Amino acid sequence: MEYHLKLPANKDEIKKLKISDILYVTGNIFTARDEAHHIMLENEKNALPFDPSEMALFHCGPLMKKEKVRWQVVSAGPTTSSRMEIFEDKFIEKFGVNIIIGKGGMGERTEKALQKFGGVYTAYTGGAGALAADKVEEVLGVYWLEELGMPEAAWIFKVKEFGPLVVAIDSHGRSIYKELKKSI
Amino acid sequence: MNFEDIKQGIIQLIKKAETELPKDVIVALENALEIEEGVAKTQIEAILKNIDLAKKTQRPMCQDTGIQTFFVTIGIDFPQINRLKDLITEAVKKATIEVPLRPNTVDPFTGKNHKDNTGDYIPYLTWDFVNGSDVNIIALPKGGGSENMSKLGMLKPGVGIEGVKDFVVDEMIKAAGNPCPPTVVGVGIGGGADLSMKLGKKALLRPVGKRHKDKTIAAMEDELIKRINNSGIGPMGLGGKTTVLDVHIEKAHRHPASLPVGIAVQCWADRRAQMVIHADGSWEVA
Repeated sequence: MEYHLKLPANKDEIKKLKISDILYVTGNIFTARDEAHHIMLENEKNALPFDPSEMALFHCGPLMKKEKVRWQVVSAGPTTSSRMEIFEDKFIEKFGVNIIIGKGGMGERTEKALQKFGGVYTAYTGGAGALAADKVEEVLGVYWLEELGMPEAAWIFKVKEFGPLVVAIDSHGRSIYKELKKSI
Repeated sequence: MNFEDIKQGIIQLIKKAETELPKDVIVALENALEIEEGVAKTQIEAILKNIDLAKKTQRPMCQDTGIQTFFVTIGIDFPQINRLKDLITEAVKKATIEVPLRPNTVDPFTGKNHKDNTGDYIPYLTWDFVNGSDVNIIALPKGGGSENMSKLGMLKPGVGIEGVKDFVVDEMIKAAGNPCPPTVVGVGIGGGADLSMKLGKKALLRPVGKRHKDKTIAAMEDELIKRINNSGIGPMGLGGKTTVLDVHIEKAHRHPASLPVGIAVQCWADRRAQMVIHADGSWEVA
């Protein structure tokens, strides 16, 4: 099945999504890699400069360019999600994120958190940075840029029809990666 | 000799590598598109669309523009050998702004980003010397996701070449979707620990689809391609027929007690570009 969702997605919309479904999202997404996960988890949700539960989480360290005062996305594909496995269950619980965009898959802890709190992990084609950048309409903000540098900072993007995203772990406990592993 | 002009040439070399894939890689991806279906097909389609868009808009195809890596073959009669290292380093700094490249060099102790893609030992340069007066530079920007799946195995010589094959297949199955498959895998066999890793990386310079000139090694490459693709890991680890686009093997003689195997993994964005600088300072990028 193919779905086109407006962000934030509600509980019913998330529940409908099954592994191997194709998804396109429109709305706001924020990037966070290892360092941004770390910093955000040290804070309470209401102390953060933006509300992560209103957006999808994108595992991405984008290539950005500043044109005069405005930031522009040059290339912004996903980074390897498995590095965030050590943070993600706590992150989902604490911040209410229900759509994660990344590549390469995540492990059992994330799977369980997605099932318990109602969320999906979706895979965006790794390396397809130019294609992804093309779907970003506006850069709404950036946080921790000075401390963390361009790849590790949290960037907020307004995106339109961002995808194709493959639902790779759904909220019903199924994972493409897990099922594939069993068959090898 | 106009050094500023040569520097511009090196920037063009980097830009070409970051924005346009070699034809051999595109052909291999197009072949993959023909045999894949379902989710796997959506991935190859997105990859090909992305390649097309990057070339048209002249922007890096992947946000991870890599660690700037160059293989430099110097003709010993080139008149300004002593300037080459500085020219490449300066060009990398300028390319960071002009292409642009993502600032990818971080100090392992302070975590501080050097912001210009240079730093201790980086850009990473490999020098080789030959007769003649031309300088040949191959740019191989190397992304982190695939580099993280590199492996060194110090195998027991008793396991033989069959053991080497099993090691490579097992490691690529373990890597699964992490190195952005379909990948190109470089395998260095023999030498010592460092040499086998180096040979693995050097093997990545060979065009996709080109077999080793030694028949035994070529047959082993074919076998490894088949075995890894039979795993079903597929594009991006989401299942499918194409996990590797190619496997390239290089060998060195080994110590009787050692059987080192170095695996270097390159994502589908098998970025390579080449430049020749002539003795009079003129240059071409291809």
